[in-house]
Amino acid sequence: MMIIDFLARIGRLFIGFLGTAGRLSIFTGVAVSHCFRPPFFPRLLLQQMISIGYYSLPVVGLTTLFTGMALGLQIFEGSSRFNAEGSVAWIVAIGMTRELAPVLGGLMVAGRVGAAMAAEIGTMRVTEQIDALTTLSTNPFKYLIAPRLIAGTTMVPFLVLIGMIIGILGGYLVAVNILGFNSAGYIQNTWDILETVDIVTGIVKAGVFGFLVTLMGCYHGYYSRGGAQGVGAATTNAVVTASILILTANLVITQLFFSN
Amino acid sequence: MNDTQPKISLKDVRKSFGSKVVLDGVDLEVGRAESLVVIGGSGTGKSVTLKCILGLLRPDAGTIMVDGEDVTRMRGAERERVLNKFGMLFQGAALFDSLLVWENVAFGLIQGQGMRRGAAKEVALEKMAQVGLGAEVGELGPAELSGGMQKRVALARAIATDPEIIFFDEPTTGLDPIMADVINDLIVNSVRSLGATALSITHDIASARKIADRVAMIHGGKIIWTGPVGDLDNSGNPYVDQFIRGSAEGPIQMEVLRP
Repeated sequence: MMIIDFLARIGRLFIGFLGTAGRLSIFTGVAVSHCFRPPFFPRLLLQQMISIGYYSLPVVGLTTLFTGMALGLQIFEGSSRFNAEGSVAWIVAIGMTRELAPVLGGLMVAGRVGAAMAAEIGTMRVTEQIDALTTLSTNPFKYLIAPRLIAGTTMVPFLVLIGMIIGILGGYLVAVNILGFNSAGYIQNTWDILETVDIVTGIVKAGVFGFLVTLMGCYHGYYSRGGAQGVGAATTNAVVTASILILTANLVITQLFFSN
Repeated sequence: MNDTQPKISLKDVRKSFGSKVVLDGVDLEVGRAESLVVIGGSGTGKSVTLKCILGLLRPDAGTIMVDGEDVTRMRGAERERVLNKFGMLFQGAALFDSLLVWENVAFGLIQGQGMRRGAAKEVALEKMAQVGLGAEVGELGPAELSGGMQKRVALARAIATDPEIIFFDEPTTGLDPIMADVINDLIVNSVRSLGATALSITHDIASARKIADRVAMIHGGKIIWTGPVGDLDNSGNPYVDQFIRGSAEGPIQMEVLRP
C-alpha cells in the first residue's frame, strides 16, 4: 500500500504540473492574441511604458554601474596572474553586453515591476475589480494585461541598452582611475572588440526577459485567490518564477546564438 | 419578443467546485421590469448564481436565458453584447482605485460605449447627483470615501449606462442600518426610473422587504421557495420562517460545533 500511496502522490504532482502548464499556455496565448487585436488602450500603454521603462532606470543603472566596476577590478586581478591585464576592456565590454546587463537588468525588473504587477492585479482580483471590468464590457486581458506585456517587451530592451552603456562606463571608471589604464586606449579597446552581435544578443535577451517578467506578474496576479495572503503568495511566485525563467531562457538564448 | 417572456430564466443550473456542489439544479425566472430578491444564508450559492448569469463562471449543466437567448455557451463579442445589458453593484463596491470617482462612474460609457470623456463626465456627474453625491466627490479617489459613499458611487456606476438589468450583490452588507435604508431607497428609485429588471441577493431581510417585488429563497444549491414579498411572513415554509426570524432553531442547521 505504501508504494501505491507514493505513486499516487507522484501522479497527483505530475497532473498538477500539467494542469498549471496548460493553464499558463492558454493564458499566454490569449494574452498575446489580445496584444494584436483592437481596441487598444494607448493611455494605459503609455502609463505602463513610463512605469516600467523610466522608473526602473535608477535601479538598473545602479546595478549595472556597480557590476561593471566590480567586474573591472576582478578581471584585472585575475588576468594579472598570467600577465593579460590588457583583457579588462574587452571582457567588461562583452560580459556586460552579452550577459550581465540583460540578466541583472531582467532580475531587477522582475523584483521591481513583476512584483508590483502581481500585487496590483491580484488585489484587483480579490476585490472583484476584475469581475467589475468584465461587467462593464471591458476585457481584462485587453485593459490590464496587453498594455503591460507590450510595455514590458518593448521597454526592457531600452533599459538594458542603457544598462550596457553604464556598465561599460563603470569598468572604464575603475580601469582609468584606480588601475591606471590609459583613457583613450581603454575606449579604443572596447570599441575594437565589440561586434553588433554582442549588442543584438543582449537586446534580444532583454526583450524575452521583459516579456517573461510581465507575463509572470500578470499570470500570478490574475489567478490569485484568498485575500491578502493570496496576493502575497502571488507576488512571491511572480518574482521567483520570473527569475528562474530568466536564468533558464538566458542559457537557451545563449546556446541558440552560439550553436551556429 | 413578447411581454410574457421572462427577462432572465435559469433551468436546472448546476455548478460544483471540485467535489463541493454549490448549485444543485437552480430554477429561477425574473420577469421584465420585476425586482426579484434571492435570500439565503452564507455559502448557499447566491453569488455563484449571479456570476453564472454574468458568465464570470461557467455552469457545469443547465441553461441560462437572457431575453430568450441562451447565454450559457456564449463567448467573445457575443457575450460582450449581452453584457452591455447588465449593470452590477458588487458587494465590496469593487471600484477601480487607480481611477478617480467620476472616471469610475463613467467607465462603462467610455470603455463600453466609446463615449468621449467630456460627455461621459457630464453623464457621470448627473448619475452621481441621482445617488446624492456632489460634483466635488467626483475628483476624489475611491480610497478617500467612506463605505456608504463607495456603495453609492458603485450604484452610480452600475446605473450609468442605463442598463436593462441590474444585479445587486449584498447591497447593504457592512453598512449601518440608516445608510442601508438610504441605499435601499436609492436602489428602488434608480431601478424604477430606468424601468430596469433587478436581481438582488442578500441576507438582509429588511433590505429584501424594501426592494423586492418577489422573493426567492435558496438553500443547499436549490430554490426552495418563491413568492410575492407580501407572502414572506406566511410562506408556510419552515426554512423561510427560520430565516426571516433569524433563529438558530429550525430545519437549517449551521455547520457549527456545539459545545
